[in-house]
Amino acid sequence: MPDTSLSTRVTVRIVYLARLREALGMPGETLEVEGDRAITVDTIVGLLRARGGAWADVLAAGRAVRFAVNHRVAAPAHVIADGDEVAIFPPVTGG
Amino acid sequence: MPVRVQTGDFDIGVEIGRLRASGRGIGAIASFIGTVREFSDAAAITGMTLEHYPGMTERALEDIVTEARSRFDIGDALVIHRVGALSPGDQIVLVAVTSAHRGEAFDACEFIMDWLKTRAPFWKKERLPEGERWVEARASDDEAAQRW
Repeated sequence: MPDTSLSTRVTVRIVYLARLREALGMPGETLEVEGDRAITVDTIVGLLRARGGAWADVLAAGRAVRFAVNHRVAAPAHVIADGDEVAIFPPVTGG
Repeated sequence: MPVRVQTGDFDIGVEIGRLRASGRGIGAIASFIGTVREFSDAAAITGMTLEHYPGMTERALEDIVTEARSRFDIGDALVIHRVGALSPGDQIVLVAVTSAHRGEAFDACEFIMDWLKTRAPFWKKERLPEGERWVEARASDDEAAQRW
C-alpha cells in the first residue's frame, strides 16, 4: 500500500469568465491536481500556464487576472480543498 | 438586504417609493443610476453585453452592502444590476440608500458604487460598428475604491 500521507490530491472545478472564457474557448473544466504540498490557486495557474498556447498567453506573468474560490475573491496563495470551485477572470468592469 | 441581478429594466420611481415606505426614520434617500454611454473613447457604440458570474454576483453585492452598513448609519440599501444585452441610454445599475440624514446616505451610496466597480463580478463587452471589444478595467476605479 503506497504511503500517501505526504501527497495532496484534489478535484477542482475551474470556471473561466469573460475575456478568458473566449480566449480559452471553454467555460470551464474539471481538473485533478496532485502535489506533495498544499495546492494553492497559484499551483493551478502554474499548471494551466504550462500548457502553453492561449493558456500561457492569458495567464502570463504581468497579465491582470483575478481569482475566486467558492464564489469569494481569493489571493493566489489561497489553499485549495477537494471539491472547490476556482474561477479565473479579468478585472471586473461592471457598474 | 435587497440585491437583484436581472436582465429586465427597473423603475426608479417604484423602487424609491418602496424604500420610502420601508421606515419612518428615513430623512434622506440617495440614489445613483449608471447608464450605457453612447460613446466609449470617442467610438460610437451600438450596444453592450454585461456578463456576470452567477452564484458569486449576488453574494459579492450582499457583502458590499454589509460592509456599507458597518461603516455608515443607514437604513435600507438597494442594489439592482442588469445583465445581458443593453443599448445606449439604457439603465445598468441602481444603488439607493436610506438614512436619517443626507451625509450618511450620500457617502454609503458612493461607497457601494466604488466597491461594486472593483469587486462585483461583472464584465462589459461593447458592440461597435467594426466588432465587439471587452471594456478594460480603469485605474481610476481602483483609486476611487481605495480612498474608503
